[in-house]
Amino acid sequence: MTALKTTPLNAIHREMSARMVDFGGWDMPLHYGSQLEEHHMVRRDSGMFDVAHMSVVDLHGANTRDFLRTLLANDVAKLKMPGRALYSCMLNEAGGVIDDLIVYFIAENHFRLVINAGTTDKDLAWLRRHAPKFGMVVQHRIDLGILAVQGPQARVKVLALLSPDLSQAAAVLKPFNAAWSGEYFVGRTGYTGEDGFELILPAGELESIWKQLFAASVRPCGLGARDTLRLEAGMNLYGQDMDESTTPLETGLIWTVALDASRDFFGKSALLNAVPARHAVGLVLRDKGVMRGHQMVTTAHGDGEITSGGFGPTLEHSIALARVPLAVAPGDQVSVEVRGKNLRAQVVKPPFVRSGEVLVNIQ
Amino acid sequence: MTTPANLKYTKLHEWVKEEVDGSVTVGITHHAQEMLGDLVFVEAPTVGRQVKQGEECAVVESVKAAADVYAPLSGEVLAVNPELAGAPEMINADAYAAWIFKLKPNSPAEFGGLLDAAAYQTIADAEQH
Repeated sequence: MTALKTTPLNAIHREMSARMVDFGGWDMPLHYGSQLEEHHMVRRDSGMFDVAHMSVVDLHGANTRDFLRTLLANDVAKLKMPGRALYSCMLNEAGGVIDDLIVYFIAENHFRLVINAGTTDKDLAWLRRHAPKFGMVVQHRIDLGILAVQGPQARVKVLALLSPDLSQAAAVLKPFNAAWSGEYFVGRTGYTGEDGFELILPAGELESIWKQLFAASVRPCGLGARDTLRLEAGMNLYGQDMDESTTPLETGLIWTVALDASRDFFGKSALLNAVPARHAVGLVLRDKGVMRGHQMVTTAHGDGEITSGGFGPTLEHSIALARVPLAVAPGDQVSVEVRGKNLRAQVVKPPFVRSGEVLVNIQ
Repeated sequence: MTTPANLKYTKLHEWVKEEVDGSVTVGITHHAQEMLGDLVFVEAPTVGRQVKQGEECAVVESVKAAADVYAPLSGEVLAVNPELAGAPEMINADAYAAWIFKLKPNSPAEFGGLLDAAAYQTIADAEQH
């Protein structure tokens, strides 16, 4: 057995009595006592997540924009001003999702990617395989760490800790924009459906910032709450809702694919030629119980499968993301096989919750 | 939390309390609720159902996972805790107070095969790694 990898916050998680779990080879906090309370704190006030297991990759070179226009399904031509960010899938030739990521435009010769932990090695291999043709330098920033601070009070609490110049710049950021000062980088992004920041900092500074945020009553939250928050927000989890065997068209990410004629990118021709048979929808359980991943969904148009399921603490109902036949539409009634019983569920359009508000009918 | 000495246990994390009328009350242990995390749903057995020792009898679902609760003894289900349907978190708050169901045991001999607190604690400690 190989030793688990740790983030710079490992010691402080243990100090805070976190229940630690093996998350894809990383020793990460699941919760610090109550996952439900952590979830509610993010919806109502503020919470912070150690996401330093994720990777920051800096891309340098005069052709960085062309490189990314070729490698990403979304089009970085949309990023016109430094500081702008874009969510995108990176696809293989078959249109399968290698990873989903956020790309930041820092300068014409410098873009920054934030990629998933479990996909880091294969992402780097893919980026480096195509880098030489574009004269790119691909730099895995293991010297940096990411901290997500989320919730309606999150931004105010972060701004109070930043240097005056960075605080001023970060205070006026619109969603999906970033500001930085030296190696302190602040993006108004997140994975919870709430307002907030994701901070990219020198690894050695994470613990100090964590402690200052804790002193400002920002609640430490584990991966458990991160998962229920993102599920309620209708956001995909790589490896669960999508992977290399699914295209963005089958997993609710068609809005992130720029298919216009102005450029070619890896996976484009596959997407143009593919006729997806299934698509992603949300489900709200009508009966008592809890839906889970991989459970079978029976619809009037054929079978489907739950990709992510669980209990939505804000909705106080079980919710799920499912891949079902294309003809299944919001409002349809379907049945889900939960532990040997067929339970009734209603098809809805995600997200379930945004900015603390329930967006689907749960009655 | 200490494992109450007045209860008996199964290695599958149920606790069993012998009542004066010969019935037994069943719940899941503190260790079990801790492993599961916040509970969000309890599916209790039907009153009157005959269960065999070791049979799946109830389900507890947390934010993380679903777990079966097994009948610690063979017998008839006499009652289920009506409060748990609306407040499954009572199990997290006090696992030894929040009982799940009561049984009328068929065979007193089975009771002797249950674990005492010290034996159960050894099993729970081993899982805490």
